[in-house]
Amino acid sequence: MTQSQPTRRKLLLQAAGMGLTVDLLARQAFADTEHSMASRKFVFINCRGGMDGMTISPPVGDPDYVGLRGKIALGDEALNLDSTFSLHPAMTASHGLARAGQLRIAPAIATPDRARSHFEAQDVLESGAPTQYGATSGWLNRALVALKSQRKIEAISIGTTAPLILKGTYEVASWSPGRGMGSETRLPGLLQDLYRNDPLLGPALARGLSTEDMATAAMSAMSAPSAPQASGTGTQAYARQGAAVAERLGRSVAAILTEPGGPQIAAMSLDAFDTHANQGAAEGQLANRLASLDALIGGLQSGLGASWASTVVVVATEFGRTARVNGTGGTDHGTASTALVLGGSLKPGGIIGDWPGLKPAALYENRDLAPTLDMRSLFKSVLGDHMGLDLLALSTRVFPDSAAIKPVSGLV
Amino acid sequence: MADLELDAAIALTRFGLGAGPGDLTEVRSDPRGWLAAQIRPQGADQPQPNAQTAAQRFEEFRVYRQDQKSARTDSDGKVSDDKDPVKIAQRMLREETGGDFLARAALGASTPAGFRERWTLFWANHFTVSATKLVTATLVGPFEQEAIRPHVFGKFASLLGAAETHPAMLVYLDQTQSIGPNSQAADFLKRPRARGVGSRLPETATRTVGLNENLAREILELHTVGINGGYSQTDVTEFARALTGLSISGFQGETTQAGVSVFRQTAHEPGSRIVRGIKYPPGGKDQAAAVLADLAAAPETARFICGKIAKHFVSDTPPPALVEGLIRTWMDTQGDLGQVAAKLIGSPDAWDPTPAKFKTPYEWMVSSWRAVGASPTTIGQLAPTLTGLGQKPFAPPSPKGWPDDAASWASADGLIKRMSWAETFASSHSHQDPKALAAASLGQRLTPLTAKAIASSESRTEGLTLLLMSPEFLRR
Repeated sequence: MTQSQPTRRKLLLQAAGMGLTVDLLARQAFADTEHSMASRKFVFINCRGGMDGMTISPPVGDPDYVGLRGKIALGDEALNLDSTFSLHPAMTASHGLARAGQLRIAPAIATPDRARSHFEAQDVLESGAPTQYGATSGWLNRALVALKSQRKIEAISIGTTAPLILKGTYEVASWSPGRGMGSETRLPGLLQDLYRNDPLLGPALARGLSTEDMATAAMSAMSAPSAPQASGTGTQAYARQGAAVAERLGRSVAAILTEPGGPQIAAMSLDAFDTHANQGAAEGQLANRLASLDALIGGLQSGLGASWASTVVVVATEFGRTARVNGTGGTDHGTASTALVLGGSLKPGGIIGDWPGLKPAALYENRDLAPTLDMRSLFKSVLGDHMGLDLLALSTRVFPDSAAIKPVSGLV
Repeated sequence: MADLELDAAIALTRFGLGAGPGDLTEVRSDPRGWLAAQIRPQGADQPQPNAQTAAQRFEEFRVYRQDQKSARTDSDGKVSDDKDPVKIAQRMLREETGGDFLARAALGASTPAGFRERWTLFWANHFTVSATKLVTATLVGPFEQEAIRPHVFGKFASLLGAAETHPAMLVYLDQTQSIGPNSQAADFLKRPRARGVGSRLPETATRTVGLNENLAREILELHTVGINGGYSQTDVTEFARALTGLSISGFQGETTQAGVSVFRQTAHEPGSRIVRGIKYPPGGKDQAAAVLADLAAAPETARFICGKIAKHFVSDTPPPALVEGLIRTWMDTQGDLGQVAAKLIGSPDAWDPTPAKFKTPYEWMVSSWRAVGASPTTIGQLAPTLTGLGQKPFAPPSPKGWPDDAASWASADGLIKRMSWAETFASSHSHQDPKALAAASLGQRLTPLTAKAIASSESRTEGLTLLLMSPEFLRR
C-alpha cells in the first residue's frame, strides 16, 4: 500500500479543511444544543392551600412519625420509596415513575417565608422574592424575560385567572378547558379593532385568539375535555370524577405543549389542600386531592409521549403543615413540606435535601417539620440545568438577592 | 361645575352595578344625592323575602346525613338515582343553594339601589364563607342574609361579631371542632372508659381533641388587622384558645335546635389570655368578645379595610389621599360603616372619569342584564358561565375571597370566554337597538370608537356583543 508523503501544500489545505470541518461541526453541535434546548419543557404545578408533605410522602421509616400523626399516619399501604419514605397510596402513577427513576422528592423544603399565612407564603413562592411584596411579578415570568435573549420561548398559564408566578412584563398565554366559539363570527376582528388603543385588553385578546387556534388544533386529535361538573353522585364518585377530569386536563396541557410552535413552559394550580380538619389517611379528603394530582401527572406524562424525556415537572406548595395531628383530625399551617420533581431525564439519586427528622428538638418552633432546603435552590437548578439559564441571571433577576442560595446539583 | 351627565354615569357604573334603560335620566339631576340616599341604618336589601334560616338549612342537612347513613346500611339493591332518597335530598340542597345565588343575582340586576348592593357584596366577600363543602354551600345564602346584610351600614364591630359567630363561618373555618385542650370537655373525651357489651366502637377508637386555630388566624389576617397588622403565631394560638367553646348546636345528638351558634363553657380553655399585648381575664364567651371588640377598634383594622374599600371601588392603586380620608372617618366614627360609605362617595378622588376597575365576571354579567333591562331567571344562566370564567357561584377558592384587580381577571382565556358568552347573551336579547342600549348603559362614558363600531355592526346581536365587550363596558 502506498501513501504519498504529504506535501507542505497538502498539509496546509488539510489544515484549512480541518478548520472548516471543525467550524461546521461546532455549528452543528451548537444547532443541536439549540434544538434540544428549544425542545425542553417545564411544567410547574402549585398545590394551593398548604399541602401536607408528611402525607404525600410519608416518612413511615422515621421512628417518631406514627406518634406525631396518630390516626392520620400511613402504614404498610403506602408505596415504598426507600427505607424512610413512601408515597401516599393514591399516588400510583407517580410511584411508577419513581420506580423508573423519574421522580424524586424534596421532603423538607420551604420558601423563605415563615409567617404561615397562605397568602403571604403563596406570594413569596410565586414572586421568587425573599420577602412578601419583594416583587410584583413572578419568577417564571422573569425567567422568560431572561431566556428570550437566547431563544424563542413561550409560556402558558392553565386556568382562567393568571397566577402571580407568570405575571410580569413578558406576555403569557392562558387556557382552560371548556370554551369555544363559532368560527364564522366576525367578532374577534371587530374586537381587536376596538381594543387597538387598550394596553390591557388588546394584547390579552391577541394571546387568547392565538391560543384558541392552537388549542383547537391540539384538541381535534382527542376528545375535548370538559370543566369539572359537580353532580350529585357522592363523595367517592366525585373523587373518581375529579381524578378523571385531572387526567384529561393533564393530557390537554400535554397536547398544547407538544403542538408545533406550542409553549415550552406551563404553570397550573390545584386547590383545596388546606386540611385543618378530618384530612384522612389512606382515604379521605386529602387522599382525593392527591389522587387528582397523581392523575394530572399521569395525564401529562402519557400525553407528552416522547417529549417526556425532555420535560421536568415540579410540584410545590406554599408551606407544609404541623408535624402533629391537631384536635380535629387535621393539621394546621406549618413550615416545610414536600416538593416533587419528575421528568424523563432526571439523574438518579435519593431525596433532595436533608431529612431533619421528627424528634421534638428537630421540629421548627416545636411544631412544624423543619426546612432544610430553600425552594429557590430547587427552582434554580431546574431553570439552570434544564432550561439553560445562567447562574448570574438566576441569582439577580429571576430570584432577587439570592446569591447565597445555591442550586441543587445533580438533578437533571 | 361638575358634569352631571358624566357623574351620573360614574355613580351608576362605578359605585352601582351598572345602568339600564332609564337609569341615567333618573340619576343625572343629583348623582351624589342618589348614592347617599341608598345608605340606611337597616342595612341591605334581602334577596328573598321568606328565606330559610341557617338553622333550617342545617337541620335539612342533618336529616340528609342520617338518610345517607341509613341508606348505606340498609342498601340491599340498586336504586335508580331519581328514586334514591339520598340523591333526592342532595339535589334539593344543591337546588336551594342555586336558588339563593340566583335570587342574589336577580336582586343585583333589578335593584334601583345598586350602590347599596355593591357595598353589601364587598362585605360578603370580605367575610368569605365558601361553598367548598356541601354543608357550607347550603349556608352561604343564609349567612349573607343573617350576618352580612343587616349590618353593612352599622358599626364594623357589629358586622364583625355577627359574621364571626354565625354558624356558617364557624363550620367553614373549623371552629365547631375546636376544643380547649385543658377544658372539661377535653378531659371527658380523652378519658379511657369501658365499652359496653356489643359496643360497635373498636377499643382503639379514642377521639383526638384539641385546638383548631383556623378561625383565629383568618380573623386576624383577613377580617381585621391584616397580615401586617402586628401579631405573631403566639397571638394566633392565644386567640384560638379564647375562641374555644364557640360552636354550633346539633353535632352530637343534642336535643336543642340544630345549627344555632352556642357557647359551651365546658369546651372553653380555662385561664387568661394575651393577644397582641393585651391581657384578657378568664371569662367564658366574654373573653373572645373582648378580643373581637379590640380588633374592631384597632387602627390597623381601619387601615387594612379602608385600603381594600378604595381598591374595590376606585382603582387597583387608589390615591393615598382617598385611603387616608376613609381611615380618618373610620377612626372618628368608631368604624361607622354608613359614615365610611358616605365619605367614599363624597371624596373627589373617587370620581376620576377614567374607569380604572376591570369588572369581575359576576359584576360584568349582572351589569349586562341591567343594560338590557332584564334579570336572570334560572341558575343555569349563571353557574356554568361563572364557573368557566373562574368565579364559581358562592365558591371563592380560599377564605381570602375573590380578587378584584384587573391582573386577576383580564386574562386572555377570560376574555375569549366573555366574548363567547356575550354573543350568546346578545342573540337572546337582539330585539333591542344596541345603539340605544349603549347610550342608556354608558352615557357619557361611551367612547366614539365604540359608538362607531356599534353603529356599523352587521346585526343587532353583533352590536350588542360589541357593547358588552367594549373596553368601557368591561370596566367601571
